[in-house]
Amino acid sequence: MERFFNYDTMRAFADSWGLLFLMIFFIGVVLFVFRPGGRKAAERAAQIPLKDD
Amino acid sequence: MRHGTAIAGIGIMTFLALVAAAFARDAQFAAHMWVLFFVLLGSAVVLLRNTSFSPAGPAVDERSGYMDGPIRYGAIATLFWGIAGFLVGVVVALQLAFPDLNIEPWLSFGRLRPLHTSAVVFAFGGNALIASSFYVVQRTCRARLFGGDLAWFVFWGYQLFIVMAATGYLLGITQSREYAEPEWYVDLWLTIVWVAYLVVFLGTIFKRKEPHIYVANWFYLSFIVTIAMLHVVNNLAIPVSFFGSKSYSAFAGVQDALTQWWYGHNAVGFFLTAGFLGMMYYFVPKQVNRPVYSYRLSIIHFWALIFLYIWAGPHHLHYTALPDWAQTLGMVFSIMLWMPSWGGMINGLMTLSGAWDKLRTDPVLRLMVLAIAFYGMSTFEGPMMSIKAVNSLSHYTDWTIGHVHSGALGWVGMISFAAVYYMVPKLWYRERLYSLRLVTWHFWLATLGIVVYAAVMWVSGIQQGLMWREYDDQGFLVYSFAESVAAMFPYYVVRAMGGALYLAGALVMVWNITMTILGHQREEAPIGGAAPALQPAE
Repeated sequence: MERFFNYDTMRAFADSWGLLFLMIFFIGVVLFVFRPGGRKAAERAAQIPLKDD
Repeated sequence: MRHGTAIAGIGIMTFLALVAAAFARDAQFAAHMWVLFFVLLGSAVVLLRNTSFSPAGPAVDERSGYMDGPIRYGAIATLFWGIAGFLVGVVVALQLAFPDLNIEPWLSFGRLRPLHTSAVVFAFGGNALIASSFYVVQRTCRARLFGGDLAWFVFWGYQLFIVMAATGYLLGITQSREYAEPEWYVDLWLTIVWVAYLVVFLGTIFKRKEPHIYVANWFYLSFIVTIAMLHVVNNLAIPVSFFGSKSYSAFAGVQDALTQWWYGHNAVGFFLTAGFLGMMYYFVPKQVNRPVYSYRLSIIHFWALIFLYIWAGPHHLHYTALPDWAQTLGMVFSIMLWMPSWGGMINGLMTLSGAWDKLRTDPVLRLMVLAIAFYGMSTFEGPMMSIKAVNSLSHYTDWTIGHVHSGALGWVGMISFAAVYYMVPKLWYRERLYSLRLVTWHFWLATLGIVVYAAVMWVSGIQQGLMWREYDDQGFLVYSFAESVAAMFPYYVVRAMGGALYLAGALVMVWNITMTILGHQREEAPIGGAAPALQPAE
């Protein structure tokens, strides 16, 4: 346990693979939002609270 | 049997509280368990008097088709705890100005201050969040709350948490972690309640009839999940005894401090920001009857906010034993937060585009716009204060207090008031509020209160900071600490007046909401005057 879960390995993992994962995830979200057809889907979603009570 | 499970559960808990009081290892724990015993005993008696043994009939049919009972109770609890929290706030403000008002030991500043912060953040804000999240999730998923009476458990369990936290502070029970003062056994209870809250909320989302999960629910869900994580990690502690109030943190030294401020700042980020943004994204479009300005911006707002906020905590520990890189990390992420915060603010404000004229006639909308404006202002001020050079002047001064209050009174308070004003006529099937003119009174009393409060704290905070760092030409400090305290007197008096104005506004609201619930409508001229009668062309 101690060999893998010590400060140095956790820190190295966080600022390499962890950082990469979060960046890719975030860029993926932005790309997804601006995908073709995204505007139409967003406009439909924005109407959800207004449809009725 | 009606309330059967609740009566059995509360009965067992009452007995356990009695046992704990009997075996208590310290006097405070004994007193606290007696408080718990009598609260639970009272609850059990009330339930037993309201039970019936006839077979359970069909569930009460709500006209709305949704489960609105806990939301109605939540709206009332929001106002009740709001008044309590604001009142204690005015009291502690006066205690700072006039130290003779400290009534030892139960009502000293040290015990009342966490009572004030917990009452406004967790009791007032928390009830507003739970009630509005139940309201919004049902109406945007078009599904009744999941779990039946579990929503009632969430509501009453949360009230019990508040009562235990508040009475604990007055008895002197605290683990001395800011905004996480309750001791281990109260923390465990909150964990149970919070998991139930998550189950109700997630369950409702799972059984939704609307294919898309509306953005407000994303914000609410991130608030619930993150608070669960923060609460559990920050409160990891070893109790000294199962029958004692004292516990020791699992962390030590600077790790303990960092864990605390990772919790503390994300309580701001996810409790006081993300949850209330959920409110903004539902109630502002409803009030102006227009969709949110940019739904795609709201999605980016969400992901950017939650990805950045979680790293900002270390800015509470500038110039401490925390490693320098961690301080810089906290500062950089705080500054990056400008972008999602202002994106969200613009999104909220621009939802009014084409309907700005409603601001003249709709005071509830005015509350919302002021809330969003304060969201923008305090999310500008916060990152600025996290810059180390600015922080060296502002930290530990009243400037921080002013900043927190422009966020809490301005953003959190105003958007919660607006949400309650919106929900109450709908929840009680009233045509409209008792009086819109009283809402205008509330708006101006609260606004004036916040402006007075924040402005005075800026002046006193910067003066404090400058006095503390004033050296003479021989390198000696010019002022003693006590001199800087004495210089604050006029500001503290004015600050208490600002708080009293805010409290007065909230009392006007209580009157207005009470009359609305009772079904009255005040006869009054419409705001902005009657529309001029159209004349046929001649």
